[in-house]
Amino acid sequence: MACIFKTFFFILSYLSLSACNEQVLNNPYPDLLTENQSVLYSSFSERPRHLDPAKSYSSNEYVFIGQIYEPPFQYHFLKRPYDLEPLTATQMPEIIYLDSSEKVLAQDAAAENIAYSDYIIEIKPQIKFQPHPALAKSGQGHYLYHQLTATELAKITQLGDFSQTGTRELTAADYVHQIKRLVHPQISSPIAELMKQYIVGLGDYAKKIKKLPRTALNSVEINGVEVVDKYRYKIRIKGKYPQFIYWLAMPFFAPMPWEADAFYSQQGLIDKNITLDWQPLGTGAYMLEENNPNLRMVMLKNPNYHAAFYPQEGEPDDKAKGLLKDAGKQLPFIDKAVYKLEKENIPYWNKFLQGYYDASGVASDSFDQAVQFTGDGELGLTQAMQDKGIQLQTAVTSSISFIGFNMLDPIVGGDSGRARKLRRAISIAIDYEEYISIFMNGRGVAAQGVIPPEIFGYTAGEQGVNPYVYQWDGNKPQRKAIAIARELMQQAGYADGVDKKTGEALILFLDTAASGPDSRSRLNWFRKQFSKLGIQIVIRATEYNRFQQKMQSGNAQIFMWGWNADYPDPENFFFLLYGPNSKVLHGGENAVNYQNKEFDRLYQQMSNMENSPERLAISHKMQEILRYDAPWVFGVHPKSVSLYHSWYHNLKPNLMANNKLKYLRIDPQQRKILRRQWNQPILWPIILAILLLIILALPAVRSFQRRAKETIK
Amino acid sequence: MLNYILRRFLYAFPLLLGVNVLTFVLFFIVNSPDDMARMQLGQKHVTEQAIDNWKQQHGYHLPLLINQQALGTDKIKETIFFQKSLRLFAFDFGKSDSGRNIGADIKQRMWPSLALALPSLAVGLLVNISVALMMVLFRQSYLELSTIVLCIIIMSISSLFYIIGGQFIVGKLLMLIPISGYDTGINAFKFLILPVLISVVAGVGAGARWYRTLFLEEIEQDYVRTARAKGLSETQVLFKHVLKNALIPILTGVVVVLPLLFMGSLITESFFSIPGLGSYTIDAINSQDFAIVRAMVFLGSVLYIIGLLLTDISYTLVDPRVRLS
Repeated sequence: MACIFKTFFFILSYLSLSACNEQVLNNPYPDLLTENQSVLYSSFSERPRHLDPAKSYSSNEYVFIGQIYEPPFQYHFLKRPYDLEPLTATQMPEIIYLDSSEKVLAQDAAAENIAYSDYIIEIKPQIKFQPHPALAKSGQGHYLYHQLTATELAKITQLGDFSQTGTRELTAADYVHQIKRLVHPQISSPIAELMKQYIVGLGDYAKKIKKLPRTALNSVEINGVEVVDKYRYKIRIKGKYPQFIYWLAMPFFAPMPWEADAFYSQQGLIDKNITLDWQPLGTGAYMLEENNPNLRMVMLKNPNYHAAFYPQEGEPDDKAKGLLKDAGKQLPFIDKAVYKLEKENIPYWNKFLQGYYDASGVASDSFDQAVQFTGDGELGLTQAMQDKGIQLQTAVTSSISFIGFNMLDPIVGGDSGRARKLRRAISIAIDYEEYISIFMNGRGVAAQGVIPPEIFGYTAGEQGVNPYVYQWDGNKPQRKAIAIARELMQQAGYADGVDKKTGEALILFLDTAASGPDSRSRLNWFRKQFSKLGIQIVIRATEYNRFQQKMQSGNAQIFMWGWNADYPDPENFFFLLYGPNSKVLHGGENAVNYQNKEFDRLYQQMSNMENSPERLAISHKMQEILRYDAPWVFGVHPKSVSLYHSWYHNLKPNLMANNKLKYLRIDPQQRKILRRQWNQPILWPIILAILLLIILALPAVRSFQRRAKETIK
Repeated sequence: MLNYILRRFLYAFPLLLGVNVLTFVLFFIVNSPDDMARMQLGQKHVTEQAIDNWKQQHGYHLPLLINQQALGTDKIKETIFFQKSLRLFAFDFGKSDSGRNIGADIKQRMWPSLALALPSLAVGLLVNISVALMMVLFRQSYLELSTIVLCIIIMSISSLFYIIGGQFIVGKLLMLIPISGYDTGINAFKFLILPVLISVVAGVGAGARWYRTLFLEEIEQDYVRTARAKGLSETQVLFKHVLKNALIPILTGVVVVLPLLFMGSLITESFFSIPGLGSYTIDAINSQDFAIVRAMVFLGSVLYIIGLLLTDISYTLVDPRVRLS
């Protein structure tokens, strides 16, 4: 009994002492010293697979490598439509057009006359790589860690075990080295095959280095890529390809010192997962300090970062929004960024509300708690969020989800009026406005065509409406009545979903990669949409790889898919329907295998043009062809919704830029005060529970003691 | 006994080979090397050439089990199965399909799993035995009845509920400990309190009832009656005689799970963001990383075989009547 009371008083005193202490008990970050530092706290739900800029092609990996590696160009942080500007380059590239005899052509030369385009890029001097052991040299100028012995390697378990680091100036050769890396078979870059089609000599180079180690890349030269001098390099591409400039703003074209390959090729390091794929080496504003993809990734400000400044201009209302308060200030603002692995939404959301994460998305289970619709149908914050000073940011993503009709299919495909009417009827029947409302909590915009908002070629308002599916009601697009779709079905010979020719019910097959239990209600909803027309739909849900195989072989009739833009250009959407890109015929990205000579002609024309009113007019024509033929049911452009705390500044949605971290600012003092205010421990329920337990147990203990003392009578 | 142990180890080889073949066949029925390449190369701009290159680099260009093109022993040796799976017998797990060293990953991830599993097992055992003893001590009283009801209620609720509820009440409402997370060294302590507490609470219903049954079986034995007749108190009977004898099935039950503690707990680790081995296999299945799947299945099988062997050995240690032959 005495023991129970002793324990109780011990717990009571501990809790009372904790209560007197101002320190919060639930802080998940052990280092209290960082409370006053400008540290960003964020998370990742899926561990990155690759951090090598030649391999990585995923947004969750770009969160890290976008801050570490610097391609020559970047997207302007504030300007819209998206605008490219020099990053490590001194200016935008000088582009020289050449004919087949390598004679220089005028800048306005016709695309068909251009055999080659030379991109000459000049980089800024005095840019230095982050401190790294791969660049450490002895007093005699020899690399310290390039040829380590087995004994030396045995002592190394992580990159931090190397006592010395070094740096050197960035040169044009580092950019050329990275282009060579793209085609090395051991690296398996996802864009290797694509770039072989554009960069002169890259295919031949790939053949030559096929059996060479990575360290021998520089012993062979590429025909079309050359180092002009220390700060200039030239890339020669086939024909005219204006979109190439966007690739030059992606990490694939960031510089890589040859020393990195030499250092990381040591087997003893590879065995310990110390590889270039996991330990980047760049010139960016940040460097990876801790890489534990199973727990956390920590980035620190790069002490060697070159002079870079917050933009002085943006969109007209940016100043009013406070986005120009830091104009002209040296970047970056945040000292350290901590990304923790957080697989589940619920703990992440609760930690955001406690102030332990600076920003959060809105998952469907916390949607009602966070967001509500205002009177005019816009998204707004709930009172609870407003009371915490949380702010809301929404942006329509540069992506589209759609339903595709396999144009090689004898029923839904082809150029016949019958099939076209069937496709249009289905386009009307699938009520995407309802879908957005039911399944996306209003976080989406029904697509009127293939191009999302904020991409050149998109037109808002009445001009941009798909006239075959919508009508303009004076204020917004209104989906056509289902009676019109039924009328189209009748004209196509499928009145009430019965094939007039055979007298049998029309049965169509919908392929999807959404096979989980969560998708069941969505798929039932789609079944209901088809049934409005009397069509019986058979849903063939499968896992993504199997789905891709079906697409490859053309073994699908109707399917659900999507596309996320690589770069902000209409070409990156129209190419999904360009005939020579047919998936079945040529293994391209045209999954519906759509073929239209006029569309293909216009595509070739517009893809070689700079943005101009003429290009806009061609884009409109192409949209019109697609709306008329309806190879896709244009689905949804999803909206991203994010919440952030009042201490987090300079946030502006930029769906193209990968290096946004350097522009962001945190007010750590405000965060510290609010965190303490929001996280004072509540102790009385624990004390009450212990008391209750004791009270409940007491009669039983007494009864036992009494029974033990009883004697046999 | 040494002979017995050696024999068991020899039996393990065909068993492990069978597990290996089965894992291999099941995996490649569902996934083809092309699928694996697509998964690793991403979703955009993936050409057939890129897929072929990836397969060549990762050794998935070979036939699966028999190479008809090859001659002699190469028919078996020049196959994916031989090249990839047989090295496991030397505990050479190789590299994952995304390029990471699996052995290094397992070494790194097993510690957080153990940091969670060992205290959960130890505290859980202590609590379950204590509650079971208390029920036996207060048998046929309201305390026993109410504890049994409580145990049944606890057993009937999903473990996910305890996790979410625990995080909500202790982490969010009372703000006593972090909702989730993990750290190394001594800093791991505060992150482990809640998951350990939850796994103990979630397991107490079934555990305490099972141990209660064991104790009740013992309490009716003749030696207990003799002890009582000698004039020992009820607590002396329970702790000195009943507990000792009932520990045999408890101990052997614990020994069998000991090696498997390395493998971690999927749900708990996932919700508490503990970087253990629990989610390693599931993540690998989702990303179609055959190298990790085969390594983890093999490791699981080895640990299970070791667990069973340890159980047999522990029988001889705690019960002198048992002899291994």
